[in-house]
Amino acid sequence: MTDIDYGALVKPDRVHSSLYQDPALFDEELERIFYKSWVWVAHASEIPNPNDFITTHIGPQPVIVNRDRAGTVRVMVNRCRHRAATVCEKRRGNSPGFVCPYHAWTYATDGSLKGVPMPKGYKDFDKKEFGLVQLRVDQYNGMIFATFDADAPSLDDFLGAAKPWIDLFMKQGGGFPVKVLGEHKFTFPGNWKIQLENTTDAYHFPIVHKSFLTSLDGATEELFSFMDAGGYVQNLGNGHSVMVMIPELVDLEDNLDADIPDRFAAIAEELRKTLDEQAVRRVVRAIGGTGFNLNMFPNIACSMAFFRVLRPLAVDKTEIRHVAIGMDGAPDIANQARMRLHEHFQGPMGFGTPDDAEAWERVQRGASGPGVSWIMVNRGEDKTAANAGDVTAETGMRAAYQMWKRMMTA
Amino acid sequence: MSADIDPIVEFIWHEADLLDQKDFAAWLSLWDGAGHYVVPIDRGQIDYANCLNYAYDDAAMRRMRVARLTSGESVSAAAAGVTVRTVSRFRRLEDGPGGEIRMRCAQHLFEFRNGNQRLYAADVTYSLVPAAGGFKLLEKVVLLANSSDALSGMTFLP
Repeated sequence: MTDIDYGALVKPDRVHSSLYQDPALFDEELERIFYKSWVWVAHASEIPNPNDFITTHIGPQPVIVNRDRAGTVRVMVNRCRHRAATVCEKRRGNSPGFVCPYHAWTYATDGSLKGVPMPKGYKDFDKKEFGLVQLRVDQYNGMIFATFDADAPSLDDFLGAAKPWIDLFMKQGGGFPVKVLGEHKFTFPGNWKIQLENTTDAYHFPIVHKSFLTSLDGATEELFSFMDAGGYVQNLGNGHSVMVMIPELVDLEDNLDADIPDRFAAIAEELRKTLDEQAVRRVVRAIGGTGFNLNMFPNIACSMAFFRVLRPLAVDKTEIRHVAIGMDGAPDIANQARMRLHEHFQGPMGFGTPDDAEAWERVQRGASGPGVSWIMVNRGEDKTAANAGDVTAETGMRAAYQMWKRMMTA
Repeated sequence: MSADIDPIVEFIWHEADLLDQKDFAAWLSLWDGAGHYVVPIDRGQIDYANCLNYAYDDAAMRRMRVARLTSGESVSAAAAGVTVRTVSRFRRLEDGPGGEIRMRCAQHLFEFRNGNQRLYAADVTYSLVPAAGGFKLLEKVVLLANSSDALSGMTFLP
């Protein structure tokens, strides 16, 4: 506990730059946000079979996300109950259990302690008390979340108005289940909330991403020129928000009768070799992803055609993963197109990400040093039922910071 | 070094120098039109078309990538630093299915940018086809030693 007045650092239209800089505040964020909130840990397609696992983190804490032998999805602290060594360092795999490399304490896939070497050295030792620590786990439409907090509201309540948007996002399976295809992972020297803001920031797009826009064909460039295309940003509660950039791509199952754009003609022709016309149209319409970014507090976004996952490493260092998703079982050409689109914008060699990272790094640098300074998030009016809103409104940032304030002052 | 790989090594050194000198137009001219420039993520994965890479560039993407690096429109490319690379440990591999020459080598690339120094080590595999005056690049695969780790933005061509 520190004596910082967190509530005073977030005003309706601005936040204090110490939110990017103060190491003590960062430590409190881990305790009050990342160890209290529901945190996204995996997509169900990453662990389809019994004994499948991935390893990931909640803040600095390594965790295992797995499907146990009986098929139950679990999230467990990746820490031996003996002397705390991690019991698994592989990023992903399939294993009938986990063996600590230090003294060979052995755990089943459900986390129960199965055996310890030379057990006679322990008196009154009940293995049942020494299973891997289990987190609360729940899923929504393939999205797996976990929380350390036994008293957190249900995932259902936490996601609330974000749920219908998750459902819309998953329509980019194009008639197939959504599947993780790979990921780009990178770090930038800046605070995690700079990235949280960015996913709901349409204002930067034509500036920072001009070189990306220039590289697109005419029709695609027009699609991404969404400043005056009827988009909007909406506060969905609990820090979540949606930024609709391309309204006609909100529901990918609408307008399936429309003409297939010329730029997809060759792909459509290839798809017709194995799919009927309706299936071809569903795949083609979904191939570029949705027209919105769903930003969920604190660490996950469903961003047009990929998942954006952030992990705070230090007050001034953040890891970002851009998880590529595709259509499980669709013809190769469909997923090839999706991966090439992902490579085009995302990752350390993408035409978009390095420019974002440059801007974020400069925010961190500019915000450093003594003196009072405020980060402005005052742009645009919030969408109401009566107005169309403004895609460049900083509504999503305001929503996230109000949730930050709520959790930090709880 | 055996004499039969000398012209190949000369070509690869020339390519490396063009990239460090940022002579991207000359670099583009080294390519066969059907060639691919690949920076993979997963070690052991070779079906590049069917997996996610950092870069999987055909001719059009290479041209766009160079345009991005040189246009002044990209804030990160405008802040690009200096690279100095050394290429060595050459080994001729078995020729490819179309008779193309294949060569693997080690690359140490030093980058200085925004006050940061970074070292990128990589295995680089070349597929070359003979052409007037030397060779054309049919494939260049740059497998970074830390390809599966979290990387920083790259504003150069490895």
